[in-house]
Amino acid sequence: MRNFWDPFREFEALYREMEQLFDQVNPVRRIFGRITDGPLSASYPLMNVGEDKDNVYVEVLAPGLNPESIEVTVLNDQLRIAGEKAPLKTDIKPEAFYRCERGSGRFIRTLTLPMEVESDKVTADYKNGILLVTLPKQAASKPKQIAVKVN
Amino acid sequence: MKNTNLPKKYDQNAVEAREQTRTLTPPVDIFDAGEALVVVADLPGVDQEHIDINIEKNVLTLKAEPSTRVSEPNLLHEFVLYPFYRQFQLGETVDQDKVRAELRYGVLTVYLPKVAEKQPKKIEVKVA
Repeated sequence: MRNFWDPFREFEALYREMEQLFDQVNPVRRIFGRITDGPLSASYPLMNVGEDKDNVYVEVLAPGLNPESIEVTVLNDQLRIAGEKAPLKTDIKPEAFYRCERGSGRFIRTLTLPMEVESDKVTADYKNGILLVTLPKQAASKPKQIAVKVN
Repeated sequence: MKNTNLPKKYDQNAVEAREQTRTLTPPVDIFDAGEALVVVADLPGVDQEHIDINIEKNVLTLKAEPSTRVSEPNLLHEFVLYPFYRQFQLGETVDQDKVRAELRYGVLTVYLPKVAEKQPKKIEVKVA
């Protein structure tokens, strides 16, 4: 539990508030993360990670990928996801665009998992633009129920 | 194309239920492909049967309902999927009966064919 004052945590909260303000101005901005070259590039694609007793589930928000380009690799507790968001046909003239918000390109994102997983039993499903990676926990990482003896 | 992002208060196309007024604006690419306008929208997590494309009074409305998630994101929570909603004002040049759409890997592509050049209407003047 965090019971001391951490100034950096305050900065983080401020940063988040600013982000929300910017989101109100341009709602498209951060919905799916961004493909950029800058320091923000690590935030694409956005992920939700959850766990239950047996598995860790990683949901990756990545519509429009080339299915052949998706690479999911696991080394110890490191999960690496790489792929390519397919570009539109290239023969469209730049002046023919009314709007261009989606972006495209290659990405890599690495995630440190909270425990080691059975790397040969990992499955990945790409459906409706969401990649779901299911990582079974190693037996040593599963929680054990401890019986409480009452005297 | 004029973009009317926000559902207006008395807009008939606005999402009905009050709890569902929180919506996401999907990013789109729109381009002129010669014989048609093409709208490409990222709609991740949406099944084909939960997409509603509607053209009324020259306004194209995209509505889509993402399916429920697999697990509770109790370790890292970076995105939330609300219903998608976006509207576009169309010009007179779109042939609204021939619009077609396809969904692939969470990306919706809507083809809006242009009408063949409209002939100027000749009005006969009757002289009594």
